[in-house]
Amino acid sequence: MQKEKNFYTAFSVIIFLMAIAPLVIQNTHFQHLVIMLLLYATLSQAWNLIGGYAGQVSFGHAIFFGIGSYAAMAPLMRWGLTPWVGMLIGGVVAVIVALSIGVPVFRLRGHYFAISTFAVAEVVRELFTNWEWVDGPIGLDAPVMEEGFYNLMFYTNKLPYHYIVLAFFIIMMYLTFRMERSRMGYYFRAIKQRPEAAEAMGVYISLYKQYAFMISGFFTAICGALYGLYVLHIEPGTVLSLDISIKIVLITVLGGAGALWGPLLGSVILIPLQEYSRIWLGGTGKGIDLIVLGALIVLICIFEPRGVIGLIKRVGYQRGKK
Amino acid sequence: MAILEAKNLNMYFGELAALKDINLSVEQGEILGLIGPNGAGKTTFFNCITGFLKYSSGEVFFKGRDITGLPPHRVCHLGICRTFQIVQSFHEMTILENVMMGSFCRYPNTKRAMSYAVEILEFTGLADKSDQIVGSLTLADQKRIELARTIATEPEVILLDEVMAGLNPTETEEAIELIKKAHQKGLTIIVVEHVMEVIMNISHRIAVFDSGELLVDGVPEKIVRDERVIQAYLGEEYHA
Repeated sequence: MQKEKNFYTAFSVIIFLMAIAPLVIQNTHFQHLVIMLLLYATLSQAWNLIGGYAGQVSFGHAIFFGIGSYAAMAPLMRWGLTPWVGMLIGGVVAVIVALSIGVPVFRLRGHYFAISTFAVAEVVRELFTNWEWVDGPIGLDAPVMEEGFYNLMFYTNKLPYHYIVLAFFIIMMYLTFRMERSRMGYYFRAIKQRPEAAEAMGVYISLYKQYAFMISGFFTAICGALYGLYVLHIEPGTVLSLDISIKIVLITVLGGAGALWGPLLGSVILIPLQEYSRIWLGGTGKGIDLIVLGALIVLICIFEPRGVIGLIKRVGYQRGKK
Repeated sequence: MAILEAKNLNMYFGELAALKDINLSVEQGEILGLIGPNGAGKTTFFNCITGFLKYSSGEVFFKGRDITGLPPHRVCHLGICRTFQIVQSFHEMTILENVMMGSFCRYPNTKRAMSYAVEILEFTGLADKSDQIVGSLTLADQKRIELARTIATEPEVILLDEVMAGLNPTETEEAIELIKKAHQKGLTIIVVEHVMEVIMNISHRIAVFDSGELLVDGVPEKIVRDERVIQAYLGEEYHA
């Protein structure tokens, strides 16, 4: 299959570039940028499963992100539990939460899902803000511990974080690629395009929406855990914020929702924009990135609803015609 | 024994009776035509049988098994598949992928589903353009794809809802050929159609609906002579 070959070629090139990037450019800020870029690409790909492929837009993925970061951080702080286990716990809890939202809501059509994710995210944030065990609104600071993979703590060097995040990025991309070609991938797209026809073809649509939501929630929680362990401080105002939920959606839509490369493209554009606008404009730059992004989204919606990936495809198509 | 049987089917939308006490069965290997004026309940009947609507009362049996109240995906897996009056293509997928959506029902593996879909495409005469995106095709092609997709679920009964509406005479001719081919494959077919020449030509038996009631059913020759049918639907030109 030509398409599969193309994917593997492009994928290996990107992995190679990402693997050597922090070695070639040893600027800490650049390294930080690449880590965030990969993390958001992974995160957005997780959202892409439910929001892009299956077409069920969630405005509440911060729920999973927050659950993941708390599940890794709190047991590490309180009991010294290795964050790898915490990460897994976060993933499992995220799956359970996804189930409890999905079971009542996926039987309905229309915008109920989007609204309910939004609402539940607000509730979850309030819960964590008032939960003493995790220090409420103050949030948690990572304890100073022995460096290494067991505690997932590295103080002197960003490289280990980079490669861990890269590994999860690779896993996420590969799984999505496989999913696209499996029955599940076809079913997701069918549900997005024509739910009634999908049902007539024997697709149990609420079950498949549920699958998409659970898988998406699981990986979002993992990304949340990685984020918390990397920045060393989490609080409801950041990891459970609407900001996170919206950013994930915007990155994916900008890059191309329901497209394999969409999330990566989106974060390649947005994350540097966000980081550099913060540097150039200092504290006052807060929000400039979102204004620019908002403008980009408007333009995308008007001229190419398929996102940047759609623009690229269009250019490729016109070249192909000549 | 009837392969599909509806017993005392009632469907109410509020006060409005869309189906009133319908008793209708279809035999294995039969082509049953459903006719009647707009709003007579033909599509509602399809929606009830395939689980898209929950009927107010009554029962449906498939090969002796009670399938009352089963959701659409279960009905499809049992072997009853339908097309839609307003064509419902997966418009961003290719022809091949559309048909694969049907074959996935029996073949979870992508490669197997694909090879079976190719078989169906050859059967339906669509194989040469299988890579085209469906959204850009003509209505006739889309209807043909929908039929192909339906056959790909390996059903025993197919319910065709106006698969020839809006087609030109040549396209209609091709569609008739395809339906006949599907019938030769051993499928039992229930077909809703407004084109009288077509339905008289292909149906073994015809059931006439009017205002939610089953007016009469019988062989085409009997239907065209039935006074009530002529009044309700066919009009004076069919008066022999």
